[in-house]
Amino acid sequence: MEWETVIGLEIHAQLMTKSKIFSGSSIAYGAEPNTQANVVDLALPGVLPVLNVEAVRMAAKFGLGINAPVSQNSVFARKNYFYPDLPQGYQISQMDLPIVEMGHIDIPLEDGSTKRIGVTRAHLEQDAGKSLHEDFAGMTGIDLNRAGTPLLEIVSEPDMSSAKEAVAYMKKIHALVQYLEICDGNMQEGSFRCDANVSVRPKGQKELGTRAELKNINSFRFVERAINIEIARQIDIIEEGGSVVQETRLFDPDKDETRSMRSKEEANDYRYFPDPDLLPVRISDEFIEAIRATLPELPEAKKQRFIDEFSLSDYDAEIMTSSRPLSDYYEIVASGSGEAKLAANWVMGNLSAALNKDDKNIADSPISAEMLVGMIKRISDSTISGKIAKDVFEAMWKGEGDADSVIEKKGLKQITDSGAIETMIDEIIANNQAQVEEFRSGKEKILGFFVGQVMKASRGKANPGQVNQLLRKKLKA
Amino acid sequence: MHNKSLTELATDLTSGAYSSVELTQYFLDRINQYDTNLNAFITVMDEQALAMAKTADEQIAAGSAGALTGIPMAHKDIFCTDGVRTSAGSKMLDNFIAPYNATVVEKLNVAGMPILGKTNMDEFAMGSSNENSFYGKVKNPWDLERVPGGSSGGSAATVAARLAPVATGTDTGGSIRQPASLTGITGIKPTYGRVSRFGMIAYASSLDQGGVFGTSASDCALVLQAMSGFDEKDSTSSEQAVGDFSASLKDSLQGLKIGLPKEYFEEGLDSGVAKVIEDAIAEYKKLGAEIIEISLPNTHLAIPAYYVVAPAECSSNLSRLDGVRYGYRCENPKDLQDHYMRSRGEAFGDEVKRRIMVGTYALSAGYYDAYYLKAQKIRRLISEDFQQAFETVDVIMGPVAPNTAFKIGEKSDDPISMYLSDIYTIAVNLAGLPGMSVPAGQANNLPVGLQLIGNYFEEAKMLNIAHQYQQVTDHHQQMPTAFEIANINPSKGGE
Repeated sequence: MEWETVIGLEIHAQLMTKSKIFSGSSIAYGAEPNTQANVVDLALPGVLPVLNVEAVRMAAKFGLGINAPVSQNSVFARKNYFYPDLPQGYQISQMDLPIVEMGHIDIPLEDGSTKRIGVTRAHLEQDAGKSLHEDFAGMTGIDLNRAGTPLLEIVSEPDMSSAKEAVAYMKKIHALVQYLEICDGNMQEGSFRCDANVSVRPKGQKELGTRAELKNINSFRFVERAINIEIARQIDIIEEGGSVVQETRLFDPDKDETRSMRSKEEANDYRYFPDPDLLPVRISDEFIEAIRATLPELPEAKKQRFIDEFSLSDYDAEIMTSSRPLSDYYEIVASGSGEAKLAANWVMGNLSAALNKDDKNIADSPISAEMLVGMIKRISDSTISGKIAKDVFEAMWKGEGDADSVIEKKGLKQITDSGAIETMIDEIIANNQAQVEEFRSGKEKILGFFVGQVMKASRGKANPGQVNQLLRKKLKA
Repeated sequence: MHNKSLTELATDLTSGAYSSVELTQYFLDRINQYDTNLNAFITVMDEQALAMAKTADEQIAAGSAGALTGIPMAHKDIFCTDGVRTSAGSKMLDNFIAPYNATVVEKLNVAGMPILGKTNMDEFAMGSSNENSFYGKVKNPWDLERVPGGSSGGSAATVAARLAPVATGTDTGGSIRQPASLTGITGIKPTYGRVSRFGMIAYASSLDQGGVFGTSASDCALVLQAMSGFDEKDSTSSEQAVGDFSASLKDSLQGLKIGLPKEYFEEGLDSGVAKVIEDAIAEYKKLGAEIIEISLPNTHLAIPAYYVVAPAECSSNLSRLDGVRYGYRCENPKDLQDHYMRSRGEAFGDEVKRRIMVGTYALSAGYYDAYYLKAQKIRRLISEDFQQAFETVDVIMGPVAPNTAFKIGEKSDDPISMYLSDIYTIAVNLAGLPGMSVPAGQANNLPVGLQLIGNYFEEAKMLNIAHQYQQVTDHHQQMPTAFEIANINPSKGGE
C-alpha cells in the first residue's frame, strides 16, 4: 500500500524582549539560577502580571510577516496544571482569541517549485522555569530564571507531507523570526523549539490518521530524523494490523527512536479560562501601521531583489536569503566588491565550508564581510589568482590579517610582469624539448604540462592567463 | 480618645495634645486588653507600630504631616506587609513572611499610618462568619457568642470594639459590607479597579476589591482617598482620576433619587431588619430624597453565578500554594504527587477545599460552557439590571444582610444557608459597583446596616449620602459597652 504523511508543526519562538512577558525581570540567558526571578516570577501571594507591550509588538510583527490578521482583541487565558517549575500553577497563554490569526508562508520544494503552508495561529504565552534533576541527589532543583520568558507559539496547518517539507517550513519560520528581529533563533539555548504532529494515511484517503506529537526535536536534523522514524513506526504498526495511539512521544537522538511519554488518557484537563488579572489586549490600527512602517525587508522580497540586482539564480538567491545574517553578509560582499557572482561563490563555497567545519555561525565568522570584499577585490584586479586566493582565505580564517597584509607578508602577489614570465618559459622550453616537439606535432594537450611547470617555477604566482597566452606564442614560434 | 474621628485625632496630634507614639500605644494597649475576647488580630505589630509612630511624630514636628499622619490603623491579613507574616487566615501561609508591601499597605505607610497589626479573617477570604480561620473564630463585640460576619470579620470587630480607628478589608461577595453591618460600623467597597489589588492575596480576581472600615463615612472617605488610584502593577486598576472623596460630604441630598429594589425586600428578610431599613429610608425622605421602587430582576441568579465564578477563579488562584517555594510543606513526601496532595490537603481548611473542588469542576472540559460561561452571561445581565436602574436613580438602597449577626456554629454545617446570607451583597461584586454599609440602628439588640449601592466611580456621592445620614443620626456612634472603658492613661504610653 502507498502511504501519505501529514505533518503539522508547533514552534515556540522565544521573543527578544529585554524583560519577561509579565514582569520586569531580565530574560538574558545563562545567569546564576534564580537571580532573574522577582516576586512576580516566583508567584508570591498577591502579585499580579502586567503585560510587556514589547512582546505584543513582536507578535504583531510576526503576524505581518506571515500575511495574517493581527487580532484587535486577543485574550490571555490560564492553562492550569501543577508542576514545580510552573510557579503560578498555571501558564498564562492564549486560547480562544490568539493575537495572530491565520496566515501563510511559502516553502521551496526540491523540484524547484514552492508550496504554501498555512499558519493556523500564533499566540503569546509565558515559558516555565527549569527543573534540574541531575545536580541534587534525591532532589530536584528549580531555576525560575526562564519562568515568564515571552514565547510566541506558532501553529501550522497540517500541510506538510514529508520530513523534508517540515524542515523547509521550520527553516522558513526560523529565518523569518530572525529577519523580524523578534527571536535570536538560537536552537541550542532553546530560543527556537519545535514539536511535530505526525500521522499517516493510505494515499487518497480523506480522513486524517491518528497522530502522535513528537517532542524534543530541537534541531533541523532531529526534526527530519524524528519524523522519518515516526512515519516508519506508524506504517509498521498499521501494516501489521495494529492501530496508532494518540500520544505524546519523545525523540531520543542517541537511540534514534521515539518513545511514548503520555497517552491521550493521561493528558491533563487544562481548564483554560480567561485570566482575570489581565485585560483583553486591544490593538489599534495605528499600532499595527506603526509596526508595519518599521518592518525590515522580508526574505521573499530580498530574494527577488538579489535575483534582479545581483543576477543570482533562483537557487543561489534562496540560499543567500535563508537567514538574515547570511543575507546581510552577502549583500556587503557583493556590493562592496562589485562582483556579485564571485561573492556568491565564495560565500556559498569556501566560507560556508569553513563555517561548517568549525561549527560556527556566520555572525561569528573570523572573516568579516569587509575582509572578504578586500580579498575579492584583489582577485578582480589580478593581484592574486583564484587559486592563490584560497591560500589568502585560509590565512585570513586563521586570523593572520586582512587580504592585503596576507598577500604582502606571504609574497603572494601575482607575477604579471611578462618579462619575468617569459624568462621562466624560455628556460622550461629549453629544458623540455621532447614535449615541445610533441606540441608542435599537434598534441596540444601537452600545453597543460607547460602551464604546470611555469606555475611551479613561479610558486603559483604567475598570472595563469598570461602564462597561457605567452606559452602558446612561444611554443608555436 | 477611641471615639474620636480621624480629623479630631489629626488635630490633637498636630496641636501636641498627644503624640502618635502615645496614641499608637493607647490602641496597642486596648488590643492587649480586649483582643483575648475577640480574637480579631492574627499578628499584633507592637514594635513596628511604635517605630512608625515615631517617624510620624517626626513628620508632625517637621510640619510635613498629612491628614492621616500618625493615626494608627490595622490591615486585614490578606494585604502583604513587608517583613511581617501575611497568612490570609490559612495554615498554608502561617510561615509566610511577605518580602514586599501590597500597594494599599505602601500607600497607607506613605500616608504615615502606623500599623497596629494584621487582622483575622476567613481563610483566603472565603466565608461570611469568620469561622473559617486557621487562627480561630472572631467574636462579635456586640455579643461574644455571635459571629462578626466575614470574611473581613477581624477588621470589623477591631473597629467596632474601637481597637483601631480604621482598618482595611476586602470585599469579594460582601466581605466588607456584611461584617460592617453585623458589627455596626461603616464600611465601603469601592468600584472594582479603584483600589489596587497588587499584594492583596487573590481569592477571586475579577471580584476582589479592597476597601476600608471606620466609625463614620467621613473617616472612610479620608482613608479610601489615600488607598485609591491607578497602579501600574495592577492591570485591572482604573486609570480614572480619583476625585476628592471628602469635598462633597456636605452636599445637600435635596432631590436625591433613591431606588429601592423590590427584590431586596421579599421573603427571607428578617422583619426587624426590614423595619430598621424602612426607618432609615424615612430619614432620607426627611433629608429631601425621593424614593423610587425599582426592580433588579436577575437578583436571584447572583448567588448561583457567584458560586461558579468565584470558586473557578479561586481554584486557579490558589494553585500557586503548592509548598514548593513558600508556605506549608508536608513532612517527608514520598514523591511529587504526595507532596502536592498532602501539603495542600493538610494546610487548607474545609471551605477552601470545597470551593477549589467546585471551581475545578466548573472549569472542567465538558462543563465549562454550562457553568463558567453561563455564569459570565448572568454577570452581564446583572450589570445591565443595575445600569438600567441608574438611568432613573442616583443610588440604590436596601439591607446589607437578611439577618443580624447569627450565633457561632449556627450555620457552619450548612454552607448553603451561609451562602444565602450574602444575597444582597454579591450582585454588587458581580457588577463591579461600589457599595457601602452604614449603621442604621438595631434589631434584636444587634446592629443593622443599610446598604448603599452607587454607580461606577461614584464613591464620593455615596460617601456624601452616608455622611448626611450620619449628621442627623447617631447609630454609627454606638459601640458595644463592654469595650467602652478606657482604663489606660495615654500619657504613660510609649517610650
